Amino acid sequence: MKRTGRITGLIGAAALLAGAAFAGPVDDTLVVNEEIEIITRTAAPAHLSDALDEVLSGWHFRNDDTRSMQADDFDNPGMIFVENAMTAWETAEGTEGKSCASCHGDAAESMKGVRAVYPKWNETAGEVRTLEMQVNACRTERMGAEKWKYGGDDMVNMTALLASVSRGMPINVAIDGPAQATWEMGKEMYYTRYGQLELSCANCHEQNYGNMIRADHLSQGQINGFPTYRLKNTKLNGAHNRFKGCIRDTRAETFAEGSPEFIALELYVASRGNGLSVEGPSVRN
Amino acid sequence: MKRSILTVSLICATMSASAAEVAPTNVKFTDGAIAESLTGVAGDPVAGREVLGSRSLGNCVACHQVTDLSDVPFHGEIGPMLDGAGSRWSEAELRGIVANAKMMFPESLMPSFYRTDGYTRPGNAFTGEAADSTFGPLLTAQQVEDVVAYLATLKE
Ligand code: HEC
Ligand code: HEC
Repeated sequence: MKRTGRITGLIGAAALLAGAAFAGPVDDTLVVNEEIEIITRTAAPAHLSDALDEVLSGWHFRNDDTRSMQADDFDNPGMIFVENAMTAWETAEGTEGKSCASCHGDAAESMKGVRAVYPKWNETAGEVRTLEMQVNACRTERMGAEKWKYGGDDMVNMTALLASVSRGMPINVAIDGPAQATWEMGKEMYYTRYGQLELSCANCHEQNYGNMIRADHLSQGQINGFPTYRLKNTKLNGAHNRFKGCIRDTRAETFAEGSPEFIALELYVASRGNGLSVEGPSVRN
Repeated sequence: MKRSILTVSLICATMSASAAEVAPTNVKFTDGAIAESLTGVAGDPVAGREVLGSRSLGNCVACHQVTDLSDVPFHGEIGPMLDGAGSRWSEAELRGIVANAKMMFPESLMPSFYRTDGYTRPGNAFTGEAADSTFGPLLTAQQVEDVVAYLATLKE
């Protein structure tokens, strides 16, 4: 009696999973400004092969309008913030009277490829650094300027500029050597069932991508598109901001942007997208 | 010291709600099912229907589709369709699944709606802050009974 009950339940679940394929990733390709080809789906990196065959950008899970906004910089509201950051790039600040440009020249040249390899081990500092940490290190150590707030507008705009000049290049963060311990910590977090709802990142983004959770179409929770311009709050959002919200939504005590936990999680989540193109600033809902 | 005072006041609250109410930490499971009512008061299927559809109560439709709730927009696809759940499962089994689905389905994605211990970084609702002394089960004992009464009406 009981057994039949369970079997029927399971068949129901299987039928749903099959049905959910219709809601799955949209089959489409992204070329920005008719010139930058974006790899939005590719074979999963080796370290992930027991969990996923393919990795997919969150772009595939958004609707037609949202996807097309990202195909042209004139339609991508995130690019306005990139322009703001270009001004900041040239603006001298701090006791040394220097701007980013004083040391790095043209961002389009000198910063090409940088986004793709962060978070990254910094030998001198002896730590894994996110792009935000590196920007603040330049500000305090080389410019004699104040740190920017980790998830503040100045910072997220600057990371959008840095991402934009690497668009199309494959994410390739290192997970071995001195970064390995941090990566392991991030991996453990990814599979931890936080909060009163006891849901891990993997529960939603690995086991259920393509499915609807209430009105939301679950993606793989990749961060190759960050920062993202969200139609929901009409501004750019950094990856730690997203992590914070996702953990909060499990009815958990979340972590702070820039915390050691989120630095580790960022390295791990970034590595799940190794092979996908840098896409930021992307457009999401 | 502080904790014992809290326990006493919790016991008082429970007593005043209903002398027979089973506390979340005292629920007895047999093969994933709970034989006895948590309150001794018959569940109200109309109230239970409300709990399934409401975002601020059970929000069950975040994960499950239910044809009878088609007036509520956006049903999720994470768990099985609940149509016919009342034919597939006994009342005791439904009570067990709602209170703590992990007893019936180990590792289930379904949250435990009547449980208060064993969480990793439990929060204060959706604030992102740590849980405080107001922390309680996701549903009250009577709400669980109401949900069970409603699920029992979902016949094949
Ligand atoms: C209860 C379900 C749930 C859990 C648990 C969850 N997320 Fe999410 N997440 C969502 C939803 C819904 C969205 C918005 C739709 C989408 O892109 O998947 C989202 C979006 C994201 C995005 C944005 C993707 C993009 O392309 O813009 C990232 C990154 C992300 N999540 C990472 C995480 C990480 C890391 C964790 C664990 C710390 C996590 N999520 C836990 C539900 C969840
Ligand atoms: C985060 C997702 C989630 C939420 C929220 C959720 N469930 Fe579930 N539920 C599941 C999954 C997944 C299963 C399948 C059992 C398993 O884990 O193998 C399930 C199974 C069930 C079953 C057995 C299904 C059958 O027909 O055989 C019932 C009944 C049920 N849930 C009722 C509820 C009720 C009532 C609520 C809200 C009070 C609820 N669920 C909330 C995910 C969820």
